Amino acid sequence: MAKLHFSLVAPERELYSGDVDQVDAPGTEGDFGVLAGHAPFMTALKEGRVTVRDGSAVRVFDIQGGFADVTPEGLTILAEHAVEAA
Amino acid sequence: MASLKEMRNRISSVKATQKITKAMQMVAAAKLRRSQDAAESARPYATRLASVIANLSAGVSGDGPKLLSGTGSDQRHLVVVATSDRGLAGGFNSAIVRAAKDFAQSLLAQGKDVKIITVGKKARDPLRRVFGEERIVESFELAGQRTLTLASAQPVADAITRIFEAGETDVVTLFYSRFKSVVSQVPTARQLIPAAVESDAPKSDAVYTYEPSEEEILETLLPRYLTVQILSALLENQAGFYASQMSAMDNATRNAGDMIRRYTLEYNRTRQAQITKELIEIISGAEAI
Repeated sequence: MAKLHFSLVAPERELYSGDVDQVDAPGTEGDFGVLAGHAPFMTALKEGRVTVRDGSAVRVFDIQGGFADVTPEGLTILAEHAVEAA
Repeated sequence: MASLKEMRNRISSVKATQKITKAMQMVAAAKLRRSQDAAESARPYATRLASVIANLSAGVSGDGPKLLSGTGSDQRHLVVVATSDRGLAGGFNSAIVRAAKDFAQSLLAQGKDVKIITVGKKARDPLRRVFGEERIVESFELAGQRTLTLASAQPVADAITRIFEAGETDVVTLFYSRFKSVVSQVPTARQLIPAAVESDAPKSDAVYTYEPSEEEILETLLPRYLTVQILSALLENQAGFYASQMSAMDNATRNAGDMIRRYTLEYNRTRQAQITKELIEIISGAEAI
């Protein structure tokens, strides 16, 4: 299965960058999931959790607002504040 | 000729100074590495945000938000000058201030109105001397902030937005020092409003879906972009400041070393001459008997 290139950046640093299977994010108009080959799409994000799935590995980040930008190259999340959930 | 005691004092005072400059150099080197890391890790966010905005603004029909398109006039300028809070860094601060001063003076010569916001202690005093108190509308200090975050840039961005939205300015330009390398920091002007968007981003033909609407996203992104640009300028400034301080203190340490060598040579010669003189006195005294 094709992989999705995903990066999560906060103003201070880049928290995640790499190829993953799926990313779930909290959009202002509803949560959504992104797989590889998603149509170009941009949305504002609300406070919530970003779940990154790669194989059996799952990483969860808490974010506070930001933007998600889905391009043919991949998904970029610009978070205003992000920390990895313990 | 100075007495031996005076020369000894002078040597020890130069040695003490050298110790201080050397310590400052090492502290600056350590802080440089940290602030360089901070500047570099903040870069992805700024570049991504810039390309997102470039993408968006290419698609926006009409004039778009004022932050992007400006007011259509360039009569009133706001110059934001960012320097460090501390000195002892060679020509670092004065280079930024000089660039900003030249820019503001050429605008004034063209009959335009100029207002100034200073960030950092070292910008305020020299600019106030040249342009007077009433042109400087706001002053910010970064003192005591060991790490710069968005929260450090926010008050500056808020002030700019407030002045812009009150319709008191048309063009906002930021002066800071771009961190080119450890040995080279270039005073740079960056236009904040109207937002200078690099349009060389690869333009995708794909149809974008926006949630909420394009305009709304742009409305919220632009103020954020302003803050991020200021933050990245502050971070580059900080890295540049420490680099500049490091090399200034390195020079000072070397100069002190040269002085110590020169004084020590002189001291030893004088001492030797005195001993020889005393010996001659003793010998000729003995011969006379």
